[in-house]
Parts: sequence; structure tokens; C-alpha cells
Amino acid sequence: MTDTTQTPKKGQDFESALDKSDKNVAAFERKSKGMVDGLQHLLHLNPTLVPVMVLVASVLIFSLPMVTDGKFMTMFNLSLVMQQVSIIGILAAAQSLIILTAGIDLSVGALMIFSAVVMGLLGVNLGVPTFISLIAGFVVAIGGGLMNGLFVTRVKLPPFIVTLGTWYIFLSILRLLTGSQSIRSQDIDAEAAALKIFGSYISIGSARITFGVILMIVVFAVLWYFLNKTAWGRHVYAIGDDKEAAELAGIKTDRTLLTVYMAAGAVVGVAAWASIGRVGSISPNAFAEANLQSITAVVIGGISLFGGRGSILGPLFGALIVGIFESGLRLAGLDVQWQVFAIGWLIILAVAIDQWIRKVSA
Amino acid sequence: MKTTFTKTALLCMTAAGFVSLASGANAAAHSVSACLITKTDINPFFVKMKEGAEAKAEELGITLNSYAGKIDGDVETQIAAVETCIAAGAKGILITPSDGAALMPIITQAREAGALVIALDTPFEPATVADATFATDNFKAGVLIGEWAAAKMGDTSNAKIAMLDLNPSEVSVDYLRNNGFLQGFGVDIKDPTDIGDEDDARIVGNDVTNGNEEGGRTAMENLMQMDSGINVVYTINEPAAAGAYEALKSFGMEDQALIVSVDGGCPGVQNVKEGVIGATSMQFPLLMASMGIEAIAAFAADGTKPQNTEGLDFFNTGVELVTDEPVEGIPSITSDEALEKCWG
Repeated sequence: MTDTTQTPKKGQDFESALDKSDKNVAAFERKSKGMVDGLQHLLHLNPTLVPVMVLVASVLIFSLPMVTDGKFMTMFNLSLVMQQVSIIGILAAAQSLIILTAGIDLSVGALMIFSAVVMGLLGVNLGVPTFISLIAGFVVAIGGGLMNGLFVTRVKLPPFIVTLGTWYIFLSILRLLTGSQSIRSQDIDAEAAALKIFGSYISIGSARITFGVILMIVVFAVLWYFLNKTAWGRHVYAIGDDKEAAELAGIKTDRTLLTVYMAAGAVVGVAAWASIGRVGSISPNAFAEANLQSITAVVIGGISLFGGRGSILGPLFGALIVGIFESGLRLAGLDVQWQVFAIGWLIILAVAIDQWIRKVSA
Repeated sequence: MKTTFTKTALLCMTAAGFVSLASGANAAAHSVSACLITKTDINPFFVKMKEGAEAKAEELGITLNSYAGKIDGDVETQIAAVETCIAAGAKGILITPSDGAALMPIITQAREAGALVIALDTPFEPATVADATFATDNFKAGVLIGEWAAAKMGDTSNAKIAMLDLNPSEVSVDYLRNNGFLQGFGVDIKDPTDIGDEDDARIVGNDVTNGNEEGGRTAMENLMQMDSGINVVYTINEPAAAGAYEALKSFGMEDQALIVSVDGGCPGVQNVKEGVIGATSMQFPLLMASMGIEAIAAFAADGTKPQNTEGLDFFNTGVELVTDEPVEGIPSITSDEALEKCWG
């Protein structure tokens, strides 16, 4: 080709129109890769980034003197928020396991209370050694998980339906067992004080770190290890992403799913023990919305409800965001309803962001 | 094969469960039948009420069918239960309405069908929707603990009051006890049907507990964050009070505050005995239910209907103050006496 710049008119007449056309070669659109797309890609790679940013932002906003008059940003209050979210946090860890496999578990809260009630009835009312009543509580929790898992994998029922059913079943059994009567804090102290071990705390300055809070962090750390550093963990993600493909790749999907439900049950048992320390007594009527609260924490924590995507650490931040919002809005003097209102919007926002991130082009 | 076996085993388990349910539900035929419809089956108060009704029905030879909503506020289940009772030709219906206004049309139908309808514990709005109401005077229950707390403190000008209420719906039992307590304590309550409209600076704040220990503890922690000097704690019921005590104990401040409550459940009375709760107002669910069954028996025999207590639009089944630190001028019983009468 000759130099085109010096001869503006070249070739035949009908080709002259081509001069005005785009000279670029076919390529992926790059122009629009501005801030927004960069962000979309970044979030696609690090789904936990959203909850972390929301958490930091909400802490900063509620710390402003004009919002909470300095009552929010104290070590004591922040450690109190940690205590208040610890049980829902641990339940959210169990819930995450199920949701990562594209399932959902409506029975976690009821199973937790069921397990705690068994621990209390045996250890306090019947005078069974605490160690044995704890084991019985864990057997109930893991057995409940196994029951869910069997119905999902063997009878092939959808997890939503199975756990909707077992939610009612667990609730009714625990109410029949207790007559809906609480086991008193003072009786637990006298008969089986070890049930309340997770209510004990260590003081760091004015902050109070209960063993329950430490336990919550340990639970997340252990699950993070298993999900990210073991074959089992990769299988869990693979099943959640595409069960058929995982099956074809040689993963024993049903067996893995069953272990996931049992592991979730074990974590629920941990939550049950911790809840006795947190509440002080064992109440069959407490934590009525724990199943929905745990799902809320998971969703706000950036784990996809469609399975296979998100970090196990997300729900920890999700639970903390909810706790920070509740504490902050309350200390700002707003009506209880505004806390509920804010959490509702957080959920919708979190899922909207999840959907948007999914649309990212490879 | 293995899968088929597991499936069969699961199905058998399920089937066995239903058979055992069904075998417990057969009932003998009697001439007079009555219905008891409670708000839920999860509150020991209603569990006790059911026991009282069943015992009395057994004694008088009345067939009693019991129904309950799934949760507080579950109107649909209660409406369906009333429909079942009408269809079954029940002579009388005892009901603790979850929502007095929503149940009005169906209750009117039941009365037109010839049934005696008695509201237990919670009045309809207006109370005349039912033939009669047997209930605790919840405002009076609040007044008793309010007066006790004020008398116990002596000088109430330095009081810092935490109000631990039921839930955000502000149902009648919630505002009656709340405002009763405040009036008894000497606070200007403004609107007696509204919670939190008071402007008395001694009130630190209101928070909701859902009437259980977990909610009571969290609510108390929250109010302590507003003002750590709280020295009077009103609670909607004794489980909430137990939770509030746990919160105070975790702050090492359990001796700084007087906790008062309402109900008279056995664990609550035990907590009065052990000094966790200063005073509680006891109500009598068993009495409400057994009197209700007696009223239905009388109505079935000769058509007589029960009368209201003089000056009230309901029959007051009574309330008694339980405390081990009695104050002059307020009649009370000790926790030991109360343990004989407590419910749950």
C-alpha cells in the first residue's frame, strides 16, 4: 500500500465513502473498561470485598459524633455487637455450607434450639453428667443434619422443602419435650455450669471478648481451611456450581452432599452450646427467626444463593454488618422498625450486586 | 438396592409417625361439646390453660376439642378452628383471640349458630363481640409492680427506668402492662394505649424482647448502652426479666437495679425467691379455663350466661403481687405461697 496521508482521494469513486469509516480492526470493546467495569471484575474475583466495604463504611458513619453521640465507637460497644451476633454468625457458617451447594436450610434455628434443649434437659433436669449431655446434644444436631441430607440425596427432595418440613418437626419435638418452659440460668449454674462456658469472657481494656465470640471466629477459620485447602472443599464448590458436571468429573456428589449436611449439623451443635452461654438460660422460644437471620447474613456476606460462589468468610462480615446496623441505628435513637427496614434493603442490595457481578464478561 | 432400602425405611418412619399421631386423636362421643382455641401452643401460659380446661371438662363430662394458632398473631388458623367448631355443633367456644378485630365476623357467626363464646385472657375489641371475657386485669397487674417499685425506692426522682416490652406490634397486653407499671410508679402516661409516648426524663428507653430470655438480654444490653445507670427495670414477662438479669450480671451491675415483671409462671416465681426478680404480678390461666368450662356447662344446662365484674367490661380472674420484700399498703404474697399457685 502507498502512503494514504498524502493522497486523501484514492481508489475508485465508490470507495471514497470508506474514508469516513472506522479504521479499527475487530477487537473486544476496550473503551468502556472504565472504573465501573474494573470494579465489576475486581468484585468478581473477590466477592467478599463488598461486605468488607459496607462494614467499614457503616462503622465509620455510625462513629460520627452527630449520629450516635460517641456512644457507638467504644471498645465496649463493638465487643458487645460481636457478642450479640455470635450465635447467628455460627449458624450462618452452617447455612453457608448448605447454600454453597445451591441448597438452603430453613431448619438450622430450630435444630439449634432442639440440640440446646436436649443438652439442658439431660444435664440440668435429669442430672446426667455434662459431658454426656453435650454429646447427646451434638448427636441430635448431627442426626438432624443427616436426616435433612438423606431426604435430599436419597429421596431427591429439594432442600427447601425438606428443611421446611424438618423445621416444623424439630420445633414441635422440642416444644413437646419442654412444654415450652425455659430452663433457668440459676439451675444451669447449679447443675451443669460447663454448658455456659461460652458466656465467659476475657477483658482487653474495656472490650469484652466472650469465648462464644472466639468460638465463632474459630468455626469460620476451620471451615475456611476445609473449603479452600482440601479436596472435599473443592468438591463442595463444584457441586454448587454444577452438580451434573461435578458428577461427570468423578465426584461422588450425593456422598459429599450428605457430609455437607452432617457438617452443617455439627456446626449447629456448636451454635447450640454457645447459645446457652450467650442467653444464660435455655429458652425454647428464643431465636424464632434464626433461620432467616442466618440466610440474611449469608446473602449480605456475598455468597451466591445459586451455589458454588462466595467466600465462607463473607457471612462473618454479613452477620457483623447486621449487628453494626442494629446497634448504630438504635444508638442514633431511631425506632426499632427502621432497623428492620435497613436490613431489608441490605438484603436486596446484596443480591442485586451478586447478580450484577455474575454478568461480568470473562 | 441400597437406595431403595433407605427410601423405604424413611417412608416407613414417616408413616409410623402419622399412625401414632392419629391414634392419640380419637375421642369418645359426649352430649355437650366445647372448643378451646388458644393463641399458640408454645407459651406455657396457654399450655396450662389447656390443662385446666381439659381437667374441668373431664370432670363435667364435656367433650373438649383444643386448637391453637401456630404463632402469636396467627389469625387464619384461629378462624379455621372456629369454623370447625361451628360445623361440629359446639355448645361453647373458649378463645384467646390473636386479633380481636379480625375474628369478629366469624365469632358473630358462631354466636348466631347458638354457641356461647367466652374470650379468655385477651378481650375482643369491643369486648361485647363475645358473650363474656374472663381475663387478668393487665393494667392492674402493671400498677401493682409499679407501686411496689416506687415504694421500694422511696425517693423516685433519681430513678432511671428501662422498659422491656413485648414486640413492635404494641398489642393490648403490652401497652396495658407497660402503662399500668408507669402509672403505678408515678409517671404521666399520656395516651394509655400507646407505648413510648411519655416524656418523663426518668425513662431511659423502651426496647422489645419478644417475651423470651434472648430478647430480654439483648434489649437490656442495648438500653444499658444508652445509660449505664439504669436502676429500675420493667419487663413484660418473667423470661424477659431473666434475660435482663443476665445482661446486668454480665455488666457486674445486678445489684444496682430492681427488676419487676408480670405473669406468675413457676420459673419466674422461683426467680423472685432467689432475688433475681424483685416482684411479679401473678395471673391465673388455669382458673380462666376451668371457669370457662363451668360457664359452658351452665349455659348448656339452662341457658344462663356469665356476668362481668362490677365496673369492668370483663370478669376479672384476679392478680396477686408476689414478692419477698413486701411494702406497706400493697397486699402481696410471698414466693413460697406463690409456688403453690404458680403455673407452668
